[in-house]
Amino acid sequence: MGPLVPDIVSGGMNLVLALLLGIGFGFVLEQAGFSSSRKLTGLFYGRDFTVLRVFFTAGVTAMSGVLVLSRFGLLDPDVIYINPTFLQSAILGGLIMGVGFVIGGFCPGTSVCAASVGRIDGMVFVAGGLAGVFIFGEAYPLVEGIYKAGDMGDLLISNALGISGGTFALLTIAVAVGAFAVTTRLEKRLNPATAAGSFPLRYHRLAAVLVLAVGVMLAVTPERKARLLAEASDPAWLSRHPVAIMTPDEAAFHILQRDPDVQLIDVRDPADFAKMSLPGAAGIPAASMFSRQWRGVLGKPGVRYVFFGKTGEESVRAAALASLLGYGETAALQGGLDNFKAAILDNSAPPNFTLAATVSSPEADTYRFRETAGPQIAMLIKQRAAPKEVKTIKRVQGGCGG
Amino acid sequence: MHTRYMNPYLAGFLLGLVLLATIFITGRGLGASGAMKSVVVSAVAAAAPAHAASNEFYSTPLSHGNPLSDWLVFEILGVIIGAFISGVMAKRLKFMVERPPQVRGWVRLAGAFAGGILFSVGAQFGRGCTSGAALSGMAVLSAGGIITMMAIFGSAYAVAYFFRKLWI
Repeated sequence: MGPLVPDIVSGGMNLVLALLLGIGFGFVLEQAGFSSSRKLTGLFYGRDFTVLRVFFTAGVTAMSGVLVLSRFGLLDPDVIYINPTFLQSAILGGLIMGVGFVIGGFCPGTSVCAASVGRIDGMVFVAGGLAGVFIFGEAYPLVEGIYKAGDMGDLLISNALGISGGTFALLTIAVAVGAFAVTTRLEKRLNPATAAGSFPLRYHRLAAVLVLAVGVMLAVTPERKARLLAEASDPAWLSRHPVAIMTPDEAAFHILQRDPDVQLIDVRDPADFAKMSLPGAAGIPAASMFSRQWRGVLGKPGVRYVFFGKTGEESVRAAALASLLGYGETAALQGGLDNFKAAILDNSAPPNFTLAATVSSPEADTYRFRETAGPQIAMLIKQRAAPKEVKTIKRVQGGCGG
Repeated sequence: MHTRYMNPYLAGFLLGLVLLATIFITGRGLGASGAMKSVVVSAVAAAAPAHAASNEFYSTPLSHGNPLSDWLVFEILGVIIGAFISGVMAKRLKFMVERPPQVRGWVRLAGAFAGGILFSVGAQFGRGCTSGAALSGMAVLSAGGIITMMAIFGSAYAVAYFFRKLWI
Protein backbone atom coordinates (compact mmCIF):
# COMPACT_ATOMS: atom_id res chain seq x y z
CA MET A 1 0.00 0.00 0.00
CA GLY A 2 1.26 3.42 -1.00
CA PRO A 3 2.99 5.64 -0.40
CA LEU A 4 6.05 3.41 -0.59
CA VAL A 5 8.30 5.96 1.15
CA PRO A 6 9.57 5.52 3.84
CA ASP A 7 8.46 1.94 4.65
CA ILE A 8 9.40 0.26 1.38
CA VAL A 9 11.60 2.78 -0.40
CA SER A 10 14.06 4.85 1.58
CA GLY A 11 17.06 7.17 1.59
CA GLY A 12 19.26 6.99 -1.47
CA MET A 13 16.73 4.99 -3.47
CA ASN A 14 14.24 7.79 -2.96
CA LEU A 15 16.66 10.27 -4.53
CA VAL A 16 17.27 7.94 -7.48
CA LEU A 17 13.51 7.79 -7.97
CA ALA A 18 13.38 11.60 -7.73
CA LEU A 19 15.81 11.76 -10.63
CA LEU A 20 13.84 9.21 -12.69
CA LEU A 21 10.45 10.82 -12.00
CA GLY A 22 12.01 14.19 -12.82
CA ILE A 23 13.21 12.82 -16.17
CA GLY A 24 9.64 11.78 -16.93
CA PHE A 25 8.36 15.17 -15.81
CA GLY A 26 10.85 17.13 -17.92
CA PHE A 27 10.42 14.87 -20.95
CA VAL A 28 6.65 15.24 -21.02
CA LEU A 29 6.75 19.02 -20.43
CA GLU A 30 9.17 19.47 -23.32
CA GLN A 31 7.22 17.11 -25.60
CA ALA A 32 4.09 19.12 -24.87
CA GLY A 33 5.84 22.27 -26.07
CA PHE A 34 6.30 23.86 -22.66
CA SER A 35 9.87 24.88 -23.45
CA SER A 36 8.42 27.57 -25.68
CA SER A 37 7.44 30.82 -23.97
CA ARG A 38 5.30 31.89 -26.92
CA LYS A 39 3.36 28.65 -26.76
CA LEU A 40 2.85 29.05 -23.01
CA THR A 41 1.72 32.66 -23.17
CA GLY A 42 -0.48 31.86 -26.17
CA LEU A 43 -3.00 30.76 -23.56
CA PHE A 44 -3.46 34.30 -22.31
CA TYR A 45 -4.08 35.73 -25.78
CA GLY A 46 -6.46 33.05 -27.01
CA ARG A 47 -3.99 31.82 -29.61
CA ASP A 48 -2.93 28.48 -28.19
CA PHE A 49 -4.73 26.48 -25.52
CA THR A 50 -2.08 23.80 -25.15
CA VAL A 51 -1.33 24.80 -21.55
CA LEU A 52 -4.98 24.51 -20.59
CA ARG A 53 -5.26 21.08 -22.22
CA VAL A 54 -2.08 19.64 -20.77
CA PHE A 55 -2.50 21.15 -17.32
CA PHE A 56 -6.16 20.23 -16.88
CA THR A 57 -5.71 16.72 -18.29
CA ALA A 58 -2.74 16.10 -16.00
CA GLY A 59 -4.58 17.45 -12.96
CA VAL A 60 -7.69 15.40 -13.67
CA THR A 61 -5.65 12.25 -14.34
CA ALA A 62 -3.64 12.53 -11.12
CA MET A 63 -6.66 13.56 -9.03
CA SER A 64 -8.76 10.65 -10.31
CA GLY A 65 -5.82 8.30 -9.88
CA VAL A 66 -5.32 9.31 -6.26
CA LEU A 67 -9.03 8.81 -5.55
CA VAL A 68 -9.18 5.44 -7.35
CA LEU A 69 -6.06 4.11 -5.59
CA SER A 70 -7.49 5.26 -2.24
CA ARG A 71 -10.80 3.52 -3.03
CA PHE A 72 -8.99 0.23 -3.44
CA GLY A 73 -6.88 0.74 -0.34
CA LEU A 74 -3.68 0.98 -2.41
CA LEU A 75 -2.86 4.53 -1.31
CA ASP A 76 -3.37 5.94 2.18
CA PRO A 77 -4.98 9.38 1.80
CA ASP A 78 -4.20 10.14 5.44
CA VAL A 79 -0.47 9.92 4.84
CA ILE A 80 0.13 11.71 1.52
CA TYR A 81 1.28 15.32 1.62
CA ILE A 82 -1.53 17.85 1.34
CA ASN A 83 -0.32 21.34 0.47
CA PRO A 84 -1.34 23.40 3.51
CA THR A 85 -3.76 26.26 3.05
CA PHE A 86 -2.69 29.74 4.15
CA LEU A 87 -5.47 31.72 2.57
CA GLN A 88 -4.04 35.24 2.22
CA SER A 89 -0.60 34.02 1.22
CA ALA A 90 -2.04 31.53 -1.31
CA ILE A 91 -4.05 34.25 -3.05
CA LEU A 92 -1.31 36.90 -2.92
CA GLY A 93 1.29 34.43 -4.19
CA GLY A 94 -0.96 33.32 -7.04
CA LEU A 95 -1.63 36.91 -8.11
CA ILE A 96 2.09 37.73 -8.17
CA MET A 97 2.87 34.50 -10.05
CA GLY A 98 0.27 35.34 -12.70
CA VAL A 99 2.00 38.67 -13.44
CA GLY A 100 5.37 36.92 -13.48
CA PHE A 101 3.99 34.38 -15.93
CA VAL A 102 2.84 37.02 -18.43
CA ILE A 103 5.99 39.14 -18.16
CA GLY A 104 8.46 36.27 -18.01
CA GLY A 105 6.73 33.79 -20.29
CA PHE A 106 7.47 30.79 -18.10
CA CYS A 107 6.83 29.23 -14.75
CA PRO A 108 9.77 27.74 -12.82
CA GLY A 109 9.37 24.18 -14.14
CA THR A 110 8.95 25.20 -17.75
CA SER A 111 11.84 27.68 -17.56
CA VAL A 112 14.13 24.80 -16.57
CA CYS A 113 12.88 22.82 -19.59
CA ALA A 114 13.46 25.79 -21.88
CA ALA A 115 16.96 26.31 -20.50
CA SER A 116 17.68 22.61 -21.05
CA VAL A 117 17.00 22.90 -24.78
CA GLY A 118 19.06 26.07 -25.14
CA ARG A 119 16.51 28.84 -24.76
CA ILE A 120 18.44 31.79 -23.38
CA ASP A 121 15.23 33.44 -22.18
CA GLY A 122 14.61 30.29 -20.13
CA MET A 123 18.07 30.52 -18.57
CA VAL A 124 17.53 34.17 -17.72
CA PHE A 125 14.15 33.34 -16.16
CA VAL A 126 15.86 30.72 -13.98
CA ALA A 127 18.40 33.35 -12.91
CA GLY A 128 15.55 35.74 -12.12
CA GLY A 129 13.86 32.96 -10.18
CA LEU A 130 16.94 32.45 -8.02
CA ALA A 131 17.16 36.20 -7.46
CA GLY A 132 13.49 36.21 -6.50
CA VAL A 133 14.00 33.57 -3.81
CA PHE A 134 16.88 35.63 -2.42
CA ILE A 135 14.81 38.82 -2.42
CA PHE A 136 11.97 37.03 -0.63
CA GLY A 137 14.41 35.50 1.83
CA GLU A 138 15.92 38.89 2.69
CA ALA A 139 12.46 40.42 3.03
CA TYR A 140 11.15 37.44 4.99
CA PRO A 141 11.13 39.14 8.42
CA LEU A 142 8.96 41.89 6.90
CA VAL A 143 6.48 39.58 5.14
CA GLU A 144 6.38 36.79 7.71
CA GLY A 145 3.07 38.06 9.09
CA ILE A 146 1.16 37.70 5.84
CA TYR A 147 3.08 34.53 4.92
CA LYS A 148 1.79 32.80 8.04
CA ALA A 149 -1.68 34.37 8.20
CA GLY A 150 -4.90 32.43 7.67
CA ASP A 151 -3.48 29.00 8.49
CA MET A 152 -6.19 26.47 7.68
CA GLY A 153 -3.97 23.39 7.83
CA ASP A 154 -4.36 20.44 5.48
CA LEU A 155 -7.68 21.70 4.18
CA LEU A 156 -9.21 19.69 1.35
CA ILE A 157 -11.20 21.60 -1.25
CA SER A 158 -13.93 18.96 -0.99
CA ASN A 159 -14.26 19.53 2.77
CA ALA A 160 -14.22 23.28 2.28
CA LEU A 161 -17.10 22.97 -0.20
CA GLY A 162 -18.91 20.31 1.79
CA ILE A 163 -18.90 17.73 -1.01
CA SER A 164 -17.12 14.41 -1.45
CA GLY A 165 -13.75 14.19 -3.16
CA GLY A 166 -15.39 12.11 -5.89
CA THR A 167 -18.00 14.77 -6.56
CA PHE A 168 -15.30 17.42 -6.79
CA ALA A 169 -13.43 15.22 -9.28
CA LEU A 170 -16.59 14.84 -11.38
CA LEU A 171 -17.12 18.61 -11.38
CA THR A 172 -13.50 19.21 -12.37
CA ILE A 173 -13.74 16.67 -15.18
CA ALA A 174 -16.98 18.22 -16.44
CA VAL A 175 -15.44 21.72 -16.39
CA ALA A 176 -12.30 20.42 -18.12
CA VAL A 177 -14.20 18.63 -20.91
CA GLY A 178 -16.41 21.68 -21.39
CA ALA A 179 -13.39 23.98 -21.52
CA PHE A 180 -11.65 21.70 -24.04
CA ALA A 181 -14.68 21.73 -26.34
CA VAL A 182 -15.16 25.50 -26.18
CA THR A 183 -11.48 26.43 -26.55
CA THR A 184 -11.00 24.07 -29.47
CA ARG A 185 -13.78 25.88 -31.34
CA LEU A 186 -12.33 29.25 -30.37
CA GLU A 187 -8.87 28.26 -31.47
CA LYS A 188 -10.08 26.99 -34.84
CA ARG A 189 -11.68 30.37 -35.46
CA LEU A 190 -8.89 32.60 -34.09
CA ASN A 191 -5.82 30.71 -35.15
CA PRO A 192 -6.57 27.89 -37.59
CA ALA A 193 -2.88 27.24 -38.22
CA THR A 194 -2.17 25.84 -34.75
CA ALA A 195 -5.50 24.14 -34.05
CA ALA A 196 -4.81 20.97 -32.13
CA GLY A 197 -5.90 17.62 -33.37
CA SER A 198 -3.28 15.05 -34.11
CA PHE A 199 -5.90 12.39 -33.69
CA PRO A 200 -9.45 12.51 -35.03
CA LEU A 201 -12.32 14.16 -33.26
CA ARG A 202 -14.16 10.92 -32.54
CA TYR A 203 -11.26 9.68 -30.37
CA HIS A 204 -11.38 12.92 -28.43
CA ARG A 205 -15.10 12.38 -27.91
CA LEU A 206 -14.55 8.81 -26.82
CA ALA A 207 -11.89 9.94 -24.34
CA ALA A 208 -14.24 12.63 -23.01
CA VAL A 209 -16.98 10.05 -22.43
CA LEU A 210 -14.53 7.73 -20.70
CA VAL A 211 -13.19 10.33 -18.27
CA LEU A 212 -16.71 11.54 -17.51
CA ALA A 213 -17.64 7.93 -16.72
CA VAL A 214 -14.68 7.74 -14.33
CA GLY A 215 -15.87 10.97 -12.70
CA VAL A 216 -19.42 9.65 -12.28
CA MET A 217 -18.06 6.44 -10.78
CA LEU A 218 -15.95 8.43 -8.30
CA ALA A 219 -18.91 10.64 -7.40
CA VAL A 220 -21.34 7.78 -6.73
CA THR A 221 -19.06 5.30 -4.97
CA PRO A 222 -18.27 5.90 -1.31
CA GLU A 223 -14.72 6.44 -0.11
CA ARG A 224 -13.06 3.35 1.28
CA LYS A 225 -13.24 4.43 4.92
CA ALA A 226 -16.91 5.30 4.71
CA ARG A 227 -17.67 2.07 2.84
CA LEU A 228 -15.87 -0.18 5.35
CA LEU A 229 -17.37 1.64 8.35
CA ALA A 230 -20.84 1.28 6.83
CA GLU A 231 -20.32 -2.42 6.17
CA ALA A 232 -18.98 -3.08 9.66
CA SER A 233 -22.12 -1.65 11.24
CA ASP A 234 -24.62 -3.00 8.71
CA PRO A 235 -26.73 -5.82 10.27
CA ALA A 236 -27.22 -7.49 6.88
CA TRP A 237 -23.48 -7.59 6.24
CA LEU A 238 -22.82 -8.84 9.77
CA SER A 239 -25.34 -11.64 9.39
CA ARG A 240 -23.53 -12.79 6.27
CA HIS A 241 -20.10 -12.41 7.88
CA PRO A 242 -20.70 -13.28 11.52
CA VAL A 243 -18.08 -12.09 13.98
CA ALA A 244 -16.68 -14.68 16.40
CA ILE A 245 -17.70 -13.93 19.99
CA MET A 246 -15.61 -14.56 23.09
CA THR A 247 -17.34 -14.74 26.45
CA PRO A 248 -15.99 -12.77 29.41
CA ASP A 249 -15.10 -16.03 31.16
CA GLU A 250 -13.07 -17.24 28.20
CA ALA A 251 -11.34 -13.86 28.05
CA ALA A 252 -10.66 -13.95 31.80
CA PHE A 253 -9.17 -17.41 31.40
CA HIS A 254 -6.82 -16.24 28.63
CA ILE A 255 -5.86 -13.16 30.67
CA LEU A 256 -4.89 -15.28 33.67
CA GLN A 257 -3.06 -17.78 31.44
CA ARG A 258 -1.18 -14.88 29.83
CA ASP A 259 -1.94 -16.62 26.56
CA PRO A 260 0.40 -15.16 23.89
CA ASP A 261 -1.93 -16.28 21.10
CA VAL A 262 -4.81 -14.12 22.29
CA GLN A 263 -4.41 -10.35 22.12
CA LEU A 264 -7.06 -8.09 23.60
CA ILE A 265 -7.62 -4.81 21.75
CA ASP A 266 -9.29 -1.88 23.50
CA VAL A 267 -10.98 0.33 20.87
CA ARG A 268 -12.20 3.04 23.24
CA ASP A 269 -10.78 6.56 23.26
CA PRO A 270 -7.12 6.84 24.28
CA ALA A 271 -8.11 8.77 27.42
CA ASP A 272 -10.38 5.96 28.61
CA PHE A 273 -7.75 3.40 27.72
CA ALA A 274 -5.11 5.28 29.70
CA LYS A 275 -7.38 5.42 32.75
CA MET A 276 -8.34 1.76 32.88
CA SER A 277 -8.24 -1.27 30.65
CA LEU A 278 -7.98 -5.03 30.78
CA PRO A 279 -4.55 -6.53 31.54
CA GLY A 280 -2.41 -6.98 28.45
CA ALA A 281 -4.84 -5.10 26.20
CA ALA A 282 -3.46 -2.87 23.45
CA GLY A 283 -5.24 0.42 22.81
CA ILE A 284 -6.29 1.04 19.22
CA PRO A 285 -9.00 3.71 19.00
CA ALA A 286 -11.70 2.61 16.56
CA ALA A 287 -11.32 5.85 14.59
CA SER A 288 -7.65 5.18 13.90
CA MET A 289 -7.96 1.52 12.94
CA PHE A 290 -7.32 2.46 9.31
CA SER A 291 -3.86 3.77 10.06
CA ARG A 292 -0.88 1.74 8.97
CA GLN A 293 0.76 2.36 12.33
CA TRP A 294 -1.11 -0.66 13.75
CA ARG A 295 0.29 -3.14 11.30
CA GLY A 296 2.96 -4.06 13.82
CA VAL A 297 0.35 -4.80 16.49
CA LEU A 298 -2.41 -6.41 14.44
CA GLY A 299 -2.07 -9.12 11.85
CA LYS A 300 0.53 -11.36 13.48
CA PRO A 301 -0.03 -14.89 12.19
CA GLY A 302 -1.54 -17.34 14.69
CA VAL A 303 -2.77 -14.62 17.05
CA ARG A 304 -6.48 -14.19 17.78
CA TYR A 305 -7.43 -10.53 18.24
CA VAL A 306 -10.29 -9.94 20.64
CA PHE A 307 -11.79 -6.46 20.28
CA PHE A 308 -13.71 -4.67 22.94
CA GLY A 309 -15.29 -1.26 23.38
CA LYS A 310 -17.56 -0.11 26.14
CA THR A 311 -20.54 -2.00 24.72
CA GLY A 312 -21.03 -5.24 22.84
CA GLU A 313 -22.08 -3.36 19.73
CA GLU A 314 -18.85 -1.36 19.65
CA SER A 315 -16.89 -4.56 20.12
CA VAL A 316 -18.60 -6.34 17.22
CA ARG A 317 -18.19 -3.33 14.94
CA ALA A 318 -14.47 -3.10 15.70
CA ALA A 319 -13.93 -6.82 15.16
CA ALA A 320 -15.83 -6.67 11.85
CA LEU A 321 -13.82 -3.63 10.73
CA ALA A 322 -10.54 -5.33 11.60
CA SER A 323 -11.58 -8.35 9.63
CA LEU A 324 -12.55 -6.13 6.66
CA LEU A 325 -9.13 -4.50 6.87
CA GLY A 326 -7.62 -7.94 6.46
CA TYR A 327 -6.34 -8.40 10.00
CA GLY A 328 -6.47 -12.19 10.30
CA GLU A 329 -8.49 -13.88 13.01
CA THR A 330 -10.70 -11.48 14.94
CA ALA A 331 -13.34 -11.83 17.64
CA ALA A 332 -15.49 -9.51 19.75
CA LEU A 333 -15.70 -9.56 23.52
CA GLN A 334 -19.29 -10.46 24.36
CA GLY A 335 -21.07 -7.38 25.72
CA GLY A 336 -17.90 -5.31 25.69
CA LEU A 337 -16.04 -3.99 28.72
CA ASP A 338 -19.23 -3.17 30.63
CA ASN A 339 -20.32 -6.80 30.50
CA PHE A 340 -16.85 -8.00 31.49
CA LYS A 341 -16.87 -5.73 34.53
CA ALA A 342 -20.36 -6.85 35.55
CA ALA A 343 -19.68 -10.55 35.03
CA ILE A 344 -16.13 -11.01 36.24
CA LEU A 345 -15.21 -8.07 38.45
CA ASP A 346 -18.59 -7.55 40.11
CA ASN A 347 -19.37 -11.24 40.33
CA SER A 348 -22.56 -12.04 42.20
CA ALA A 349 -23.93 -15.36 43.24
CA PRO A 350 -26.63 -17.04 41.22
CA PRO A 351 -29.98 -17.46 43.02
CA ASN A 352 -30.20 -20.22 45.65
CA PHE A 353 -26.46 -20.63 45.79
CA THR A 354 -24.59 -21.38 48.96
CA LEU A 355 -20.85 -21.63 49.14
CA ALA A 356 -21.04 -24.72 51.20
CA ALA A 357 -22.98 -26.50 48.58
CA THR A 358 -21.02 -29.03 46.63
CA VAL A 359 -23.48 -29.07 43.79
CA SER A 360 -21.93 -28.90 40.37
CA SER A 361 -24.03 -27.03 37.87
CA PRO A 362 -22.80 -24.79 35.01
CA GLU A 363 -23.96 -21.73 36.98
CA ALA A 364 -22.14 -22.82 40.09
CA ASP A 365 -18.94 -23.63 38.20
CA THR A 366 -19.03 -20.28 36.47
CA TYR A 367 -19.59 -18.55 39.80
CA ARG A 368 -16.66 -20.33 41.41
CA PHE A 369 -14.37 -19.50 38.47
CA ARG A 370 -15.37 -15.84 38.61
CA GLU A 371 -14.94 -15.78 42.35
CA THR A 372 -11.28 -16.75 41.87
CA ALA A 373 -10.56 -14.92 38.63
CA GLY A 374 -12.29 -11.63 39.50
CA PRO A 375 -9.97 -10.49 42.32
CA GLN A 376 -6.87 -11.66 40.46
CA ILE A 377 -7.83 -9.68 37.38
CA ALA A 378 -8.81 -6.69 39.49
CA MET A 379 -5.31 -6.82 40.98
CA LEU A 380 -3.72 -7.01 37.51
CA ILE A 381 -5.80 -4.04 36.39
CA LYS A 382 -4.56 -2.03 39.37
CA GLN A 383 -0.94 -2.99 38.66
CA ARG A 384 -1.26 -2.20 34.97
CA ALA A 385 1.54 0.10 33.87
CA ALA A 386 0.78 3.24 31.92
CA PRO A 387 0.36 2.33 28.24
CA LYS A 388 3.32 2.81 25.97
CA GLU A 389 3.16 5.58 23.43
CA VAL A 390 2.72 4.15 19.95
CA LYS A 391 4.67 6.00 17.29
CA THR A 392 2.06 7.61 15.10
CA ILE A 393 2.50 7.78 11.36
CA LYS A 394 2.60 11.37 10.24
CA ARG A 395 1.90 12.87 6.89
CA VAL A 396 4.74 12.91 4.42
CA GLN A 397 6.48 16.28 4.31
CA GLY A 398 6.78 17.74 0.86
CA GLY A 399 5.98 20.82 -1.10
CA CYS A 400 8.10 23.73 -2.13
CA GLY A 401 7.67 25.86 0.99
CA GLY A 402 10.28 23.83 2.91
CA MET B 1 10.34 26.05 -34.85
CA HIS B 2 7.82 23.95 -36.75
CA THR B 3 8.59 20.70 -35.05
CA ARG B 4 5.61 18.69 -33.96
CA TYR B 5 4.52 18.62 -30.36
CA MET B 6 2.82 15.74 -28.63
CA ASN B 7 -0.96 15.67 -28.62
CA PRO B 8 -1.74 17.87 -25.60
CA TYR B 9 -4.22 15.45 -24.08
CA LEU B 10 -1.78 12.58 -24.38
CA ALA B 11 0.96 14.78 -22.87
CA GLY B 12 -1.41 15.78 -20.06
CA PHE B 13 -2.34 12.17 -19.42
CA LEU B 14 1.33 11.13 -19.25
CA LEU B 15 2.15 14.11 -17.02
CA GLY B 16 -0.73 13.08 -14.77
CA LEU B 17 0.64 9.54 -14.60
CA VAL B 18 4.11 10.82 -13.67
CA LEU B 19 2.54 12.91 -10.91
CA LEU B 20 0.39 9.98 -9.75
CA ALA B 21 3.42 7.69 -9.67
CA THR B 22 5.29 10.33 -7.65
CA ILE B 23 2.47 10.56 -5.11
CA PHE B 24 2.11 6.78 -4.95
CA ILE B 25 5.82 6.17 -4.44
CA THR B 26 6.84 9.13 -2.30
CA GLY B 27 3.56 10.44 -0.84
CA ARG B 28 4.37 13.93 -2.17
CA GLY B 29 3.92 15.74 -5.46
CA LEU B 30 6.21 17.26 -8.05
CA GLY B 31 7.73 20.71 -7.73
CA ALA B 32 10.13 23.22 -9.20
CA SER B 33 10.35 26.40 -7.11
CA GLY B 34 11.38 24.32 -4.06
CA ALA B 35 14.56 23.30 -5.88
CA MET B 36 15.36 26.96 -6.64
CA LYS B 37 14.89 27.71 -2.97
CA SER B 38 17.29 24.90 -2.02
CA VAL B 39 19.96 26.35 -4.31
CA VAL B 40 19.58 29.85 -2.86
CA VAL B 41 19.51 28.60 0.73
CA SER B 42 22.75 26.65 0.19
CA ALA B 43 24.40 29.63 -1.47
CA VAL B 44 23.44 31.98 1.36
CA ALA B 45 24.53 29.44 3.97
CA ALA B 46 27.91 29.09 2.25
CA ALA B 47 28.46 32.82 1.76
CA ALA B 48 27.09 34.12 5.06
CA PRO B 49 26.44 31.35 7.59
CA ALA B 50 25.64 33.74 10.45
CA HIS B 51 23.15 35.63 8.32
CA ALA B 52 21.47 32.38 7.25
CA ALA B 53 21.21 31.22 10.83
CA SER B 54 19.48 34.41 11.90
CA ASN B 55 16.66 34.18 9.33
CA GLU B 56 13.99 31.49 9.63
CA PHE B 57 13.55 31.39 5.85
CA TYR B 58 17.08 29.98 5.53
CA SER B 59 17.56 28.35 8.92
CA THR B 60 14.48 26.09 8.82
CA PRO B 61 15.48 24.21 5.65
CA LEU B 62 19.11 24.15 6.84
CA SER B 63 18.01 22.40 10.03
CA HIS B 64 16.71 19.51 7.86
CA GLY B 65 20.17 18.76 6.50
CA ASN B 66 21.97 19.72 3.32
CA PRO B 67 19.39 21.52 1.14
CA LEU B 68 21.14 20.27 -2.01
CA SER B 69 20.42 16.62 -1.17
CA ASP B 70 16.73 17.48 -1.17
CA TRP B 71 14.22 15.40 -3.14
CA LEU B 72 13.22 18.31 -5.37
CA VAL B 73 16.82 19.12 -6.31
CA PHE B 74 17.25 15.59 -7.70
CA GLU B 75 13.87 15.80 -9.38
CA ILE B 76 14.87 19.05 -11.11
CA LEU B 77 18.16 17.49 -12.25
CA GLY B 78 15.92 14.83 -13.80
CA VAL B 79 13.79 17.52 -15.45
CA ILE B 80 16.91 18.97 -17.07
CA ILE B 81 17.89 15.54 -18.41
CA GLY B 82 14.35 14.65 -19.50
CA ALA B 83 13.75 17.93 -21.29
CA PHE B 84 17.15 17.63 -22.98
CA ILE B 85 16.36 14.11 -24.22
CA SER B 86 13.02 15.32 -25.55
CA GLY B 87 14.72 18.29 -27.20
CA VAL B 88 17.22 15.99 -28.93
CA MET B 89 14.46 13.67 -30.13
CA ALA B 90 12.33 16.54 -31.44
CA LYS B 91 15.38 18.37 -32.90
CA ARG B 92 14.56 21.43 -30.81
CA LEU B 93 18.01 21.99 -29.29
CA LYS B 94 19.15 25.47 -30.19
CA PHE B 95 20.74 28.41 -28.42
CA MET B 96 18.32 31.24 -29.03
CA VAL B 97 16.16 33.89 -27.44
CA GLU B 98 12.59 33.04 -28.29
CA ARG B 99 10.63 36.19 -29.06
CA PRO B 100 8.19 37.64 -31.56
CA PRO B 101 10.04 39.32 -34.46
CA GLN B 102 9.20 42.89 -33.37
CA VAL B 103 10.40 42.39 -29.79
CA ARG B 104 14.07 43.11 -29.23
CA GLY B 105 16.24 40.45 -27.65
CA TRP B 106 17.22 42.53 -24.64
CA VAL B 107 13.57 43.42 -23.99
CA ARG B 108 12.63 39.75 -23.97
CA LEU B 109 15.52 38.91 -21.65
CA ALA B 110 14.70 41.78 -19.29
CA GLY B 111 11.11 40.49 -19.24
CA ALA B 112 12.29 36.96 -18.53
CA PHE B 113 14.47 38.15 -15.65
CA ALA B 114 11.77 40.36 -14.11
CA GLY B 115 9.16 37.65 -14.63
CA GLY B 116 11.45 35.11 -12.99
CA ILE B 117 11.84 37.34 -9.95
CA LEU B 118 8.11 37.94 -9.66
CA PHE B 119 7.15 34.32 -10.21
CA SER B 120 9.65 33.20 -7.63
CA VAL B 121 8.53 35.74 -5.02
CA GLY B 122 4.93 34.68 -5.68
CA ALA B 123 5.88 31.01 -5.38
CA GLN B 124 7.31 31.66 -1.91
CA PHE B 125 4.03 33.20 -0.79
CA GLY B 126 2.07 30.43 -2.52
CA ARG B 127 4.31 27.73 -1.00
CA GLY B 128 4.88 26.35 -4.46
CA CYS B 129 4.50 27.28 -8.11
CA THR B 130 2.46 25.92 -10.98
CA SER B 131 3.96 22.48 -10.36
CA GLY B 132 4.24 22.22 -6.60
CA ALA B 133 1.19 24.19 -5.53
CA ALA B 134 -1.24 24.32 -8.46
CA LEU B 135 -0.82 20.95 -10.19
CA SER B 136 0.26 18.80 -7.24
CA GLY B 137 -2.23 20.57 -4.97
CA MET B 138 -5.03 19.86 -7.43
CA ALA B 139 -4.11 16.17 -7.50
CA VAL B 140 -4.50 15.82 -3.73
CA LEU B 141 -7.51 18.17 -3.55
CA SER B 142 -5.61 20.76 -1.50
CA ALA B 143 -7.76 23.86 -1.06
CA GLY B 144 -4.69 26.09 -0.92
CA GLY B 145 -3.22 24.59 -4.09
CA ILE B 146 -6.44 25.06 -6.03
CA ILE B 147 -6.90 28.63 -4.75
CA THR B 148 -3.32 29.43 -5.82
CA MET B 149 -3.95 27.88 -9.24
CA MET B 150 -7.04 30.02 -9.81
CA ALA B 151 -5.16 33.11 -8.61
CA ILE B 152 -2.25 32.42 -11.02
CA PHE B 153 -4.40 32.02 -14.10
CA GLY B 154 -6.91 34.70 -13.07
CA SER B 155 -4.14 37.23 -12.53
CA ALA B 156 -2.36 36.27 -15.75
CA TYR B 157 -5.52 36.82 -17.80
CA ALA B 158 -6.20 40.08 -15.98
CA VAL B 159 -2.82 41.61 -16.83
CA ALA B 160 -2.21 39.91 -20.20
CA TYR B 161 -3.63 42.87 -22.12
CA PHE B 162 -1.07 45.29 -20.68
CA PHE B 163 1.85 43.15 -21.76
CA ARG B 164 0.48 42.10 -25.17
CA LYS B 165 3.31 43.89 -27.00
CA LEU B 166 5.76 41.40 -25.50
CA TRP B 167 4.00 38.50 -27.19
CA ILE B 168 1.85 39.52 -30.17
